[in-house]
Amino acid sequence: MAEVLLRNVVKRFDDVEVVRKISLDIPDNEFVVLVGPSGCGKSTTLRMIAGLEEISAGDIFIGGEVVNDLPPKDRDIAMVFQNYALYPHMSVFENMSFGLKLRKFPKDEIKKRVDKAARILDITELLGRKPKALSGGQRQRVAMGRAIVRNPKVFLFDEPLSNLDAKLRVQMRTEIKRVHQMVKTTTVYVTHDQVEAMTLADRVVVMNGGVIEQIATPQDLYHHPKTRFVAGFIGSPAMNFMRCRIEQNGVGQRVRISDAISLPIPALQAPRFQSLTGKEVVFGLRPEHITEPRRSDRDPNSEFAVTLDVVEPMGMETMVYFTVEGQEICARVDPGSSSGPGEQMRLYADMNQMHLIDPQTNAVL
Amino acid sequence: MSTATIAARPSLALRARASLRRNRRWALITSYVFLILFAIFFLIPPYYMVVTALKSDAEVAHMATNPWIIADGITFDQFRILLTQTDFLIFFKNTIIVTVCVVAITMVVSVFAAFSLGRMKFWGSGILATGIFLTYLVPDTLLFIPLFQIVKAIGLLNSYWGMVLVYPTLTVPFCTWIMIGYFQSIPKELDEAALIDGAGHLQMLTKIFIPVALPGIIAAMIFAFTVSWAAFVYPMTFLYSSDQQVLTVGTVTSLIRGDVYKWGMLMAGALVAAAPPLVIYAFLMDYYIAGLTAGATKG
Repeated sequence: MAEVLLRNVVKRFDDVEVVRKISLDIPDNEFVVLVGPSGCGKSTTLRMIAGLEEISAGDIFIGGEVVNDLPPKDRDIAMVFQNYALYPHMSVFENMSFGLKLRKFPKDEIKKRVDKAARILDITELLGRKPKALSGGQRQRVAMGRAIVRNPKVFLFDEPLSNLDAKLRVQMRTEIKRVHQMVKTTTVYVTHDQVEAMTLADRVVVMNGGVIEQIATPQDLYHHPKTRFVAGFIGSPAMNFMRCRIEQNGVGQRVRISDAISLPIPALQAPRFQSLTGKEVVFGLRPEHITEPRRSDRDPNSEFAVTLDVVEPMGMETMVYFTVEGQEICARVDPGSSSGPGEQMRLYADMNQMHLIDPQTNAVL
Repeated sequence: MSTATIAARPSLALRARASLRRNRRWALITSYVFLILFAIFFLIPPYYMVVTALKSDAEVAHMATNPWIIADGITFDQFRILLTQTDFLIFFKNTIIVTVCVVAITMVVSVFAAFSLGRMKFWGSGILATGIFLTYLVPDTLLFIPLFQIVKAIGLLNSYWGMVLVYPTLTVPFCTWIMIGYFQSIPKELDEAALIDGAGHLQMLTKIFIPVALPGIIAAMIFAFTVSWAAFVYPMTFLYSSDQQVLTVGTVTSLIRGDVYKWGMLMAGALVAAAPPLVIYAFLMDYYIAGLTAGATKG
């Protein structure tokens, strides 16, 4: 077990810079998830840590040692791939013991370790089978087993659940978390799925366009995004963004979204936004913070009426969509309170949860 | 909805199903007709070989008898004389030696070449791979003249060891080419997993690639075997004494004397010579097909 440090790491493919000078500290035992849209450089970053991709500039440390020029086998890491990458001609036991055999471990030690990993992953009865006789979930367990037996300093996961169906994905997610709690090895996990990132990570690293947008705990990321990208990427459905103007009236500051809708900025937050008065900014509010007026202590000033375009019942909640100034907005309401499409509905905005974003820098103010 | 339309429904479905069955039947009948024609066309020469090989010289020479059937009874004399009174067994032995060596050399060279060209991306690897295939497109009927000079210079003229040297110019390019394709169909993550597990390039090749690509390798082996077993132009050009001759040329040159064709023995020789490839195809056919239809390795 060891910490992983990235210092100003750059990766260029010919002239294209896919990873731009990123720095990242991953302490011992931590579970870090790299998340971002495809092409954001997250997989490349992981592959540079693994040694499968050379780094163009910067330094990578594993356990205090610079590993820039070390081949993958000497970095003491283990990796789980999206398509499992099991050796098709070997049994599960042989797959899991291959790395140990190459490292010349004694036979009884190999057997002990494989048995232990198989018990952790509940695949003991599969040890004699070939990969093609396994289901997707079982293959993924074997791939994890192959990583565990080596007892490496770092686990690397490259979108390990993307090939599984939705139900199995949730199940394996829990499994990965359970295994990490058991073996506590430093883990770097890459995914494009923000739900996976939020549920698994101790800390999430949001990447976009080759740079790190924000590093934070899942809760922090959700409540205090630093950029518009993070605000929009984390959370599902995505945060609503509306152009607005900050106004000052006798009572306090207000966010003017349209001629008909203007919402009060809570007194607690007002001092932060004092300088914005009269300026055009972007107003961000998550769908779950636009609801039917339900709380008794709510501020009636934060209510507004809209005409619904689309209504999507989900069972435990209903998504309603409406348009304000040409921008589509989503709200999350109680199934019982929703009106039908084309009908009027009164909604309440929880302004304590709002974000204001600078339209030029895209930074959350 | 009226009762009439309800009643019409099942009959409509039934008719649709019947037409589907009819379509399928016609497709099957057409396939069988053409397959049978094809099979007959390709089975006529072997049939003619068998029939002629089992006749006596007298019957073969008799102009009045029907050449398609054996009228005077089956005789194995042609085979007996061929194996005891001609150099046929020497040709057979030479061919086996040459073929085994050629297949071995081809496989070693091709597997390494295909692995490095298909997997270890390096400067010029793409051009090299295409270049190798292009050399395969130069026909041996053009190559034998310069090759004659080379074989002569090395002093291997009229020696079957010369064939061991020359045949790989035909087999290596093609075998390398099909194995490059096969190796490329193996997921890249497999070698990355092996790299992380601690394998070097040689271990990756021997422990992962060769076992996984076995169908492709066997397909390439069968190809090399066939080329080497059936080669005609090179032995015709480079070998002239019968103790060095191989089956293809040896059978023809020793059994055709001037304008005298020993048809019975020629056919018997052709049959015996065709037996090893037949046996090998029969045993390895599944691998051969799997090799040609590559990509069945999804982990």
